[in-house]
Amino acid sequence: MIALAVPAPLPRRTAQEPHEPLPDLANRGPPMSDESSPPSQSPSGVSRRTAVKIMAVGTIGAAVGAGATALVARREKPAAPRYYFFTEEEAAPLIAFCERIIPRDDTPGATEAGVIDFIDRQLVGVLSRHQHSYRAGLDSLRRTSFKLHGLAFDKIPAEAQDNVLRLLESGKAPGDCWGEPGQQSFFNLVLDHTRQGFYGSPRHGGNRDYTSYRMMGLAYPNIVGQDRRPSGGRV
Amino acid sequence: MALPKVNAVVVGAGAGGGIAAKELAQAGLSVVLLERGGWPHYDAHNDDELVSQRTPALGNPFGPDDQHYRRVIVNADGSQSTVLPSEGSYGNNAGCVGGGTVSYGAMAWRYMPQDFRMRSTYGEVKDSTLADWPISYEDLEPYYERAEYEIGVSGDASANPFAAPRKKPYPMPAFPFNREGLRVVETTRRMGLHPFPIPMLRNSVPYNGRPACIHMRSCVGFACPVDAKAGSQNTVIPLALASGNCELRTGCVAAELVVDDRGRARAVRYFDSEGRGQEQPADLVVVSASATETARLLLNSKSKLFPNGAGNNNDWVGRNLQGHCYVGAFGLAEDDVYEEAGPGATVAFCDFNHGNPGLVGGGMLANEFIALPYVFCDIRPPGSPRWGKAHKDFQRNYYKRVIRLYGPIQEIPNFSARVSVDPVVKDAWGIPVCRLSGSRHPLDLVLGDYMSRKAEDVIKEMGATRTWRGGPSLSLSGGQHQAGTCRMGDDPATSVTNRFGQVHDIANLFVADASLHVTNGAFNPVLTIMALAFRVSDHIKAGWKGGQFG
Repeated sequence: MIALAVPAPLPRRTAQEPHEPLPDLANRGPPMSDESSPPSQSPSGVSRRTAVKIMAVGTIGAAVGAGATALVARREKPAAPRYYFFTEEEAAPLIAFCERIIPRDDTPGATEAGVIDFIDRQLVGVLSRHQHSYRAGLDSLRRTSFKLHGLAFDKIPAEAQDNVLRLLESGKAPGDCWGEPGQQSFFNLVLDHTRQGFYGSPRHGGNRDYTSYRMMGLAYPNIVGQDRRPSGGRV
Repeated sequence: MALPKVNAVVVGAGAGGGIAAKELAQAGLSVVLLERGGWPHYDAHNDDELVSQRTPALGNPFGPDDQHYRRVIVNADGSQSTVLPSEGSYGNNAGCVGGGTVSYGAMAWRYMPQDFRMRSTYGEVKDSTLADWPISYEDLEPYYERAEYEIGVSGDASANPFAAPRKKPYPMPAFPFNREGLRVVETTRRMGLHPFPIPMLRNSVPYNGRPACIHMRSCVGFACPVDAKAGSQNTVIPLALASGNCELRTGCVAAELVVDDRGRARAVRYFDSEGRGQEQPADLVVVSASATETARLLLNSKSKLFPNGAGNNNDWVGRNLQGHCYVGAFGLAEDDVYEEAGPGATVAFCDFNHGNPGLVGGGMLANEFIALPYVFCDIRPPGSPRWGKAHKDFQRNYYKRVIRLYGPIQEIPNFSARVSVDPVVKDAWGIPVCRLSGSRHPLDLVLGDYMSRKAEDVIKEMGATRTWRGGPSLSLSGGQHQAGTCRMGDDPATSVTNRFGQVHDIANLFVADASLHVTNGAFNPVLTIMALAFRVSDHIKAGWKGGQFG
């Protein structure tokens, strides 16, 4: 017989350890309709990087990432971290990456749409299982860019960025720069999340001002009860 | 500690369970309806494409959640992965009051008479468990009619010469064709085919106290904000509760059935919404938890007479897992075919469901539900760049100009496509999880390729500047159309239940969901699930004699 014991939520699964998940002490991440802004105060005593590490080993739990930052923030004020998860050093190349996925031309691209905010927010929420992939993948991207161009990814010209991304997409970037996640996995992860951030609902932090809906000529917002059919008809 | 005994426990408040609960409660039985999820609310998820039941990038809006559930998938190379409910290979349907009927596209198909006689029609198929149903279309026809009238279907079959014979017309008029649909109609008629409006479990006019459809583009994958889409949560379950004989317990996860040493189901053991173990005794039990979860529950219910799970002494529980391989074609139109009127799918034709030379079965083809912007990113001619300016240009230039004709093919069932329970991985309650293994039958590739070419022929004829096909794959079926894991049959050696959904050798245990399907037609299965639930319920009511069944 199955023991009818009190259940506990399953540990959150991580990408690198599918069968040995990180402990997750909280039930859920931030509500997906969470409209709160990123923390406006910087942590004191605990550096942002340390706070992230604490989250990653699970003593606080990814789900309380934002809350944890807010708690420590009470102790001191200061210098405005823009992100829940990323450091500024990580965010800059990722912003450049996303912008090449959906570049600005005569309409806004990923940067203006706030894709970085979408990804950042999800990584301390429902997509926290991808934290390691971003941290390690961005480090591999940094090494790749330095190896090929001697500069950080966000410091090289757009055409060179495209070339690097094409190498990742086809798995042809220098292998010694990449571990887990692999280059193609990382490329596909960022590609997918960029699309989600650009085309998803603005309530998750991306698609700012419905920019992708404007671009595609899609009526927005989608108002309940509007029936925009032309006269329509039967045959 | 056991709770006070009731007449019936129904496990799962989806398409089948909602109907069973209502039918039994209205007949005077005391019923407990167990549902692992909660009541669905439109406002919690609204029209958010990333929290759609079809594209749950940020989680399933209508359950199950990623925190408490897992499955194990055995890949083609023998490796295995533990997957989350929001990942595609989990094969999720839903977990909430109403089940899949909250967020479905609501196509309301009757299977065709030949769909119940696949073995007689096509003969033996190598490496398959293809068989006839123990019941015919005629046996099920009155129950299809009840489902159409009690849940509510809009349609008009008069233009479909292949439609199964029916005694009464649909209770509501059909929906008009949309812009793309009108073009499909005009072209297919010119080609000698027979297009007609898709029957829908959605109100074209006010019906049963609910309003007419307001044509949200976000329909499939979402709850309806005005309840124009009919599901068990806004039709039969409220009636069950209104009868005064049914108690719905939400947040309750069934763990196992208690089967005694005389081969009778005595109780259902479950975890309540507070996580406490409970045991609910009953005179009879109806399991309608979906083809994967019903099989899992039976397999997890080991007893003296059934050491390998309830009804599983012949190793058929969990076998023949089917769903629908979807195939079709795309084309680029020279002008806009998009219309701001959901859900989008309006026209279908059944010219290729049967009678395809040299092939077993066939498929229905229909124009598609509206693809929202994120999903549209993957609708591309082969070889298209996935990113950069080319991606962006396609999104803005062709979002309103892609014609799509798609449909399910009749899958060939096979014994190795199966649900078992994993020996290691458990869910948050400690219950062994579903382990999915096997693949589709190789003939599905042949039929799928054939049907996608038929779709492409039509799109070419429509004048598309470029066309491409979306072909079949062998990956294991399941998902929203999951079926077949407790098939009904007259021979206990090759089936799990009899022709009334009664588990062989456990007289007071019934199945009422798509697990019963011997084969799965080439249509969305929900109306057949509903019809079977009415039929199973009728059988229970007929056999209910003063506090005991059978």
